[in-house]
Parts: sequence; C-alpha cells; structure tokens
Amino acid sequence: MFSRDRWDEILEALNANKFRTLLTAFGVFWGIAILVLLLALTNGLKNGVTADFGDFATNSMFMWTQGTSKPYKGLPKGRYFNYKVDDVAAIKSQIPNLKYISPRNQLGGYNGANNVVRGTKTGAFEIYGDYPEYIKQQPLDILQGRFISYSDIDAKRKVCVVGTGVVKSLYDKDEDILGTYIKINGVNVLVVGTFKMSNSQGDGEQDANTIYMPFTTFSQAFNRGENVGWMAITAVDDVSITSLKPQIFELMKSRHKVHPEDDRAIGHFDLSEQFERVSGLFSILTFVGYFVGALVLMSGIIGISNIMLIVVKERTKEIGVRRALGASPWSIKSQILQESLVLTILSGMVGISFAALVIWIMNTILDSVGPVQNFANPSVSIQVVFTALIILVVSGLLAGLIPANSATKMKPVDALRIE
Amino acid sequence: MIQIKDLHKSYHMGTNSLHVLKGINFNVKEGELVSIMGSSGSGKSTLLNILGMLDEADSGKYILDNVPIKNLNEKIAAKYRNDFLGFIFQSFNLINYKSALDNVSMPLYYKGVKRKERTEKAMHYLEKVGLAQWSHHLPSELSGGQKQRVAIARALASDPKVLLADEPTGALDTKTSYEVMELIQGINDEGKTILVVTHEDDIAHMTKRIVNLKDGLIIDDSPVQQVRASLHV
Repeated sequence: MFSRDRWDEILEALNANKFRTLLTAFGVFWGIAILVLLLALTNGLKNGVTADFGDFATNSMFMWTQGTSKPYKGLPKGRYFNYKVDDVAAIKSQIPNLKYISPRNQLGGYNGANNVVRGTKTGAFEIYGDYPEYIKQQPLDILQGRFISYSDIDAKRKVCVVGTGVVKSLYDKDEDILGTYIKINGVNVLVVGTFKMSNSQGDGEQDANTIYMPFTTFSQAFNRGENVGWMAITAVDDVSITSLKPQIFELMKSRHKVHPEDDRAIGHFDLSEQFERVSGLFSILTFVGYFVGALVLMSGIIGISNIMLIVVKERTKEIGVRRALGASPWSIKSQILQESLVLTILSGMVGISFAALVIWIMNTILDSVGPVQNFANPSVSIQVVFTALIILVVSGLLAGLIPANSATKMKPVDALRIE
Repeated sequence: MIQIKDLHKSYHMGTNSLHVLKGINFNVKEGELVSIMGSSGSGKSTLLNILGMLDEADSGKYILDNVPIKNLNEKIAAKYRNDFLGFIFQSFNLINYKSALDNVSMPLYYKGVKRKERTEKAMHYLEKVGLAQWSHHLPSELSGGQKQRVAIARALASDPKVLLADEPTGALDTKTSYEVMELIQGINDEGKTILVVTHEDDIAHMTKRIVNLKDGLIIDDSPVQQVRASLHV
C-alpha cells in the first residue's frame, strides 16, 4: 500500500502547503503530548504516594489487642488481654494461605526516654524483638554483618542489629561497629549487623533509629514472658489478607474468651486494604488521564479532518483529472486516508518525543532538588507509548474517512467542471 | 472503433429537465480524425463526456473497440478510461505541483507500470511533443502551448485507442493553436483515432470529418478536405 510512488505523492501533497500542514499537525502534536504528560504525571503522583507505604509487603496486616467491649463467659467488659506465643503457632497451624506471621515486642518509641548507652553516649531508640522472617515483610538493606537468625532465637543470644541513626549517635566516625556492645535498658547486647531502610521516604529518620533483637532474647531480657505485643501477618500472593482476617480474628477471640461480636477487642491495620484503596484511586486518575488526553487529541484529529476536507475541496479538479486518467475511486480514497494517517502519525510521534523530553527534564530537576512530597519519577511505560500509537493510527484513519469519502462522491464530469 | 446508437441524455435540475442529447447515431472508424462542432448548448461536451465515460447516457448503445460500455461502476470505468482513452482538455488540467515528466507518467502510474519503465515511456512521449528539455519544469514554468503539448503527451502515454480533445485550442492564440493542431494531425497520421470538440471553423477544417450538432441532434456529418496546419505555421 505504501510504495515509493505513494510516498512521493503524499509528501508532495503535504509539502504543497507547508504552513498549513504544520498548523494542522500541531493539534495532534499537542493532543498526544498532553495525553502522555498527563499519564506521566499521574504515574509520578502514584510513585510518590506508594513510596510512603515503604517496601512493606502490601498483602499484610498488623494486629494488636485492645480492651474488650462486651462481657463474655463471666468475664467483664473493659478487660485487657495479651496475645501469647502459642497464638502464633495456632494461627500457623489453623489458617491456611499465610506466608509470614511475625510476633513482635517493642521497647521505647515516639518521644521515649534514653534507653541505650554505649560508653559516654546515650540515645533514645525503638527496640524490637523480632523473628528472622520480619526482614521478608519489611525489606532492609543490611550494610554490615547480618540480620538475626533462628539460631539466635533458639539460643536466646544477646545480639542486635542497629540502624544507621543508632550508629550515628553512638559511634564515632570510622569506628568498628560489629563486635561492640551496647547497653539496652541495662542489658549488654552484641552488635552483629547494621542496616538501612531499602526505601526511606518520609519516615526515614524514625526507621534509622531502630534496633532489632531476637524475639526470645527480648522477651527474656525485658520480662515479657509469653506475651506478644502485636503481630505482622502476610498472606500468600494470590490470597488477599483482607479475606483471611475474619478467620484469624475468630480464632483469636475464641482463644482469649472474647465475645464473637466484640469488634473492639482486636485492633488491626489492614495494609492491603489501604493499598487497594490508593491503587484504586490511581486507576481512576489514569483513566481520567486517558480520557482528558483523548479529548484534547480529538480536537487535533478534528482539525486534521477539517483540513483534509478543505484539501479535498481544493483538489476537486485535480481529483477529477486523476480519475479521467484512470485513477480508481479506491486509489483516490486511500491516498486521502494515507495523507491523513501520515500527517497524524508524524505529528503524533513528534508529540510523544516532545512529551518524553519534558518528562526527562522533570526527572532531571527532581533528581537535582531532591525528593518532593508525594511525587516521584514521573514516567510512562512502553505500553502507554504503544497505546498512544494505536490511538494515533485509529484516529488518523478516522480523520481521513469523511474527507476520503467526499473525494469520490462527486462524479468525475462534475469535478472536472469546477474552476 | 466507436459505435453509438440512439443516445439520449437529459439533466434534471429540480423540477426542470433538460433534454440535451435527443438520439445521437454515429460511428467512428479506426484512424479517423473527427471534429464535433456546434454552438454552446448543442450537447457536444455532453457527448464527449459520455464517450469519455465521465458521464453516463440515459439510454442508447455505446460500443468502444468492440466492448459494450454500459452499467459501469466507477472502478471499471476508471480502468476503461485508463486502457482506452486519452483526454486533452481546454484548460490543460496539468497537476501544478508535479513536473512535466511526472504529469505525463501519471496514467502509467494508475496502470501499474513500474517506475523505471514509466519514466522512460513518459520521456519518450515528451520527446515526441518536443519538450524533452522541459521535463523537470513545473507547469507554471511553461507557456500555454507547451502546457497543452505536455497534456497531449500525457494523453498518449498509456497508448489509448482513442484521443478525446475538448476544445484543445480554446485557451490558445491562433499561432499556438495551429502548432497544437499540427501535433494532433501528426499523431493522427500515425494511425491514432482522435475526436476533437471545437467551435472554431478553421480548427474543424484541419480534421478529416466534421459532425455538426444542434439542439442535441446531428444535423450534418460530412468528410472535409483536411487543411494541413503546417501550412499556417
């Protein structure tokens, strides 16, 4: 269909009125650029907001205890209770499709008092008793040494892994960290590793001021007995934690003599649900991006359609001559269609390139001024580019359709008579 | 070559209907050079358009080179025009953004001839009309007579059976008209069948036969003594 002769014909026709061709092309150029930019900005917003979720496995929930709100089995309301270590085993054995269950205990916290001492230096940090699985739920970059292990858990070793913030406040520059001891609430603990958050946006400071210890060591050293402060539970990838959580709650309620309809006793935060909500929002935003972009593009397409109609009108006589020389109606039609297609695609490609340039500039600026709240790495995937190209091809054909039909509607004898 | 029998054509404009051709009968043999004369409104252009398959008759028979021309759709009509006919117009109708060579090769393009062969043939016909050195000029850079000669080369390019010329000298001065007629006579001498519509007596007398139309009927159809255009140039 696109032979060299056809190309010559098309380029000749488009070149015949350069300024008009340029103006017409601008509509499509602008439309597709807006479309791609809108999608890139939506993506940037999405990247920024989802970065706030950190790297924590999104199919997770956190579960803790609160005072009961209903009396049950002779127990009063307003009763406090604790999860126990064997609750974890019970959940593991009775609820299928769970990937990780991490019982956790915590010491210190927001605005806590100084609780860690090393020589003359002190600091207030968050100290957690954790299982080795926790690093799979909350990815950490281990900078030196290692994370806690199951042999630490079994032997109740007094070891810990410290965050970069801890290192900064307790150690001098270039000091060896591994193998040193720090005193946590009066208990000497060996430092076996340092870490930083894999993705620290927003809460980086707090995360860096964190110390992880083996769960069993923590319980024994700080008198927690069999108690579990809270649990971080992650479901397997294709089962949503939201669908599993009623079963878990039911189990916990029955094990702790909580009224089955007591909604207050078990507190939880469903990360998956929150994440779904946010990603739902961004699907809508992406749709809006496509919709608005497509509307802007449409005015460009109508521009092309309009100009092609004028071109056909202007060339009525030429079309008549061509038909007298033996041009079939289809060859006339396809020429008009191809002209509009070439015009649309060329200007669209330039539009996409322009949008890519703007995105690149945005990213360069973002890189140089550092992270911006709720906005990061605006970009579009190659699929979006292909979608845009398909939109261009379809709209180019649509733009040419009416003019192409009107080009052959007139009888050649009438077309030739036009002056 | 051309056989026409009882050809009728009328135009409808709103409630008015205009009966333009009221039963035309005539035949043209191969190698003839015929002029069709008549005052404006006599139906000579309509007749030529029907012969050129640019327009369709209401009734009557039209046989071109033993092929009955009827119930044409546009696709077949386009193919017949390309195969059988060459058109020469009063206002030349060259495509103004194409060079003389490209204009001449256009019918060959629609015939599906390969680029190289097309250029060779087009060049050959440009030489024939004496414009080889103008092949890369745009129509706007040519004089009226030159334009018409390019148009004649274009009409010849696809080697048609019949040339149809609608007032070929209507836009030219006398001297150039005679030059163009000399060319047409030369082509006819080589055996090409040519029909010329004109209202100029001197041009008509340069053909071999004059058909006179009046009010949609042939009132006179007689051979004439051909005047060679070269005598006037």
